[in-house]
Amino acid sequence: MRTGALAARRAIEEYGAVPLVRPRDLAADALIVPLSGIGAPTVSHEMIHGEEEPRRIAEEIERIFGRPPDVVMSSEIGGANGVAPVAWAAQLGLPLLDADGMGRAFPEVQMVSMYVAGLPADLVIMADVAGNVVTIRPVDGLWSERLARAVCVAAGSHALMADYVLTAGRARGALIEGTVSRALAVGRATEGPAPLRALRDELGAVQLISGKLTDVERRTTGGFVRGTATIEGTGDDRGRRLTLELQNENLVAVEDGRVRAMVPDLITVVDTETAAAIQTEALRYGQRVTVLAWPCDPLWRTPEGLRTAGPRAFGYDLDYVPVEELTK
Amino acid sequence: MIEEALRVGIDVGGTNTDAVVLDAADRVVAKAKRPTTPDVTEGLRAALDAVLAEAGAAAPDVRRVMLGTTHATNAVLERRNLGRVAVLRLGAPATTSVPPLCGWPADLREAVCAGQTVVAGGHYVDGREIGPLDRDAIRRFLDGVAADAVAVTGVFSPADGGHEREVAELVGREYGLPVSLSHEVGSLGLLERENATVLNAALYGVAAHVVEALTAALAGRGLAARPYLAQNDGTLMTVEHAARLPVATIGSGPANSLRGAAFLSGVAEAIVADVGGTSTDLGVLVGGFPRESAAAVEIGGVLTNFRMPDILAIALGGGSVVREHGVGPDSVGYRITEEALVFGGGTVTMTDAAVAAGRVPPGLADRREALRRDDLMRAAVARADEMVADAVDRMALGRGDRPLVAVGGGAFLLAPRIPGASRVVRPDHAEVANAVGAAIALASGRVDTILPAGESRSKAIERAKEEAAARAVAAGADAAQVEIVDLVEVPLSYLSEPAVRVHVKAAGPLAR
Repeated sequence: MRTGALAARRAIEEYGAVPLVRPRDLAADALIVPLSGIGAPTVSHEMIHGEEEPRRIAEEIERIFGRPPDVVMSSEIGGANGVAPVAWAAQLGLPLLDADGMGRAFPEVQMVSMYVAGLPADLVIMADVAGNVVTIRPVDGLWSERLARAVCVAAGSHALMADYVLTAGRARGALIEGTVSRALAVGRATEGPAPLRALRDELGAVQLISGKLTDVERRTTGGFVRGTATIEGTGDDRGRRLTLELQNENLVAVEDGRVRAMVPDLITVVDTETAAAIQTEALRYGQRVTVLAWPCDPLWRTPEGLRTAGPRAFGYDLDYVPVEELTK
Repeated sequence: MIEEALRVGIDVGGTNTDAVVLDAADRVVAKAKRPTTPDVTEGLRAALDAVLAEAGAAAPDVRRVMLGTTHATNAVLERRNLGRVAVLRLGAPATTSVPPLCGWPADLREAVCAGQTVVAGGHYVDGREIGPLDRDAIRRFLDGVAADAVAVTGVFSPADGGHEREVAELVGREYGLPVSLSHEVGSLGLLERENATVLNAALYGVAAHVVEALTAALAGRGLAARPYLAQNDGTLMTVEHAARLPVATIGSGPANSLRGAAFLSGVAEAIVADVGGTSTDLGVLVGGFPRESAAAVEIGGVLTNFRMPDILAIALGGGSVVREHGVGPDSVGYRITEEALVFGGGTVTMTDAAVAAGRVPPGLADRREALRRDDLMRAAVARADEMVADAVDRMALGRGDRPLVAVGGGAFLLAPRIPGASRVVRPDHAEVANAVGAAIALASGRVDTILPAGESRSKAIERAKEEAAARAVAAGADAAQVEIVDLVEVPLSYLSEPAVRVHVKAAGPLAR
């Protein structure tokens, strides 16, 4: 995440500020290029993107579509892939779209709004640090993942990827809108004197519990970190206890055997003092934390959205109930 | 009877510089505390003189002097006495989206950077070259800069340092400049390792000054003693080694105090609270060594990936000022002996509150009766106990069965029983635990790299162990007694061939 922020700041200094545009401000034929980094996390700490990869992908898009892309989009606003697109847009001299494909972070590639909206995963363009460009035309999402992963490994487990390249017309209803400006608002809110309250207000979030992390149990299976975290209430919440089910993200919050929030609604653990988010791998006994939950984008609550990223997609035998109802 | 082969340990702290003399059986035969001076060196000499005077006739038998100092830390924090560094990264066209020194505070970059560039070279995670080393680009770059030293960072050099070594040879031969190589400085994590390597190169001058000052101080006192410097993982380096790796001396204080606490108390699994004049540092001992922090360490506004002890510092010390609404965070510091009520001053300090509660510093008569035991004092002690209990709970990670070892000049502040600790241990000489920690330290070496997980794995791990042991010997350890003290393997995902990240640490007593 730090590398993405450094690259973004540097690119803005070098190439100028990146305008933010809303999907509704785009002409119907405007070409959107969703970008994300793909690779092994350990490798990305050592191998950083060059400056040419976005340009090579843009040139390939021009070759395929007969015109250059008009706007860059973050595939996933949560995590490093949320900040780095600012750098990529600056390097291309393009605006950044105020939208993304998740409105949060998800661990698997098919868990994007474009897939939920039924757009075909029939084109993937990848560029590596050496200058190679690979265009894949997969028959479906499964092949898309398999082939992209193989290319990534051959390229040194690090590449830039564009998938679901689409026009603004087709993008209607297939994106999570307003997420970049929301991320900016969250950042500004938490810089003030009462960061936790400001964050809660900004997100319209319910505070599930405020307390101390008393137990974290983790195991790595299938490339993902799974586990549970227990938070015991302090102050006004004394005597209460909340358990979080983890799988790279916080997926289900349970109190007294009752589910209080579940995926695809958002559940976030923040430092009670600073309101800074604590990622699942950084959860540690003794941290003073507050757990917030708030509604996901309506797209994730459609039958196809829930099939893709609802509780059952993560192996929980639960019928989805919106967080607003669970915390009424 | 006077034992032969005495050792002196010196630790420079924020408030005091402490010194001890240990005999061959590791007994403390002399100890002294002097105020730390702004230039550090003067306070160091004063502490050395004081402890040698106390050792008396035995002083000429000092054979080794171990120093934990803040010279390098201060140089970085104050941007003083830093060398100008030509910063060279091997990896182009990769990594250029974040050039070297991105994110550094402007004044530090100004003080350190003689120029920076990214040239072709470096490796992929699987060992292939990103490209051949571009020697001509390196020459063009170095021809155009006026630098005191060169810092070289190759992508994935912890797995393959070949390109970095080639550059060192070229620079040494053609430019005669000292070179800092990233694979000798830090572990995986390009930007953090590069930052540490640049700081290291910038500190060569400071290191030379420390070594000179220490050597001169010893010679001036007629001591034929061998000097060593303490590093941030609680082990020692010869001064020759420290001259090449000065950045590793940053943050040696907490590690020394943890190791000293382990040694003085004889407890290997414990929470340690080092109470000073202004703050209390809490750490955890695991097998007698400091538990290391997983988080990146910031030095002077620059992120590095040093393996530092996991320390939680709270604003509570003997000099913390007591007021209506709480304790500290400000402190009267070294002026405690003039300003605290118990010393006849006019400021209510944490020391006064502790004394009023019957917690009296060693050497101070119980002046409880002289103090008003009012609500203010009682509230301050309650608040301090709460702060300590909260910090202990955060560091204990759910285990309440370990003792707490109380060290540092302010250890008397701590309650006789602390929630979260099985008991409170107060070893003799606790007030100079950090200097003792410097004196008893081992020498160590580390390797952090990525290795294939297949059939060649065990051979590769053996090689990594040998390399770590060789580095420990280079740092001053006795080759016959070096042991592998830590070996961690972490499997990596999403790679063409299964691979593991391996961290090996070797340590051993100093060679005779």
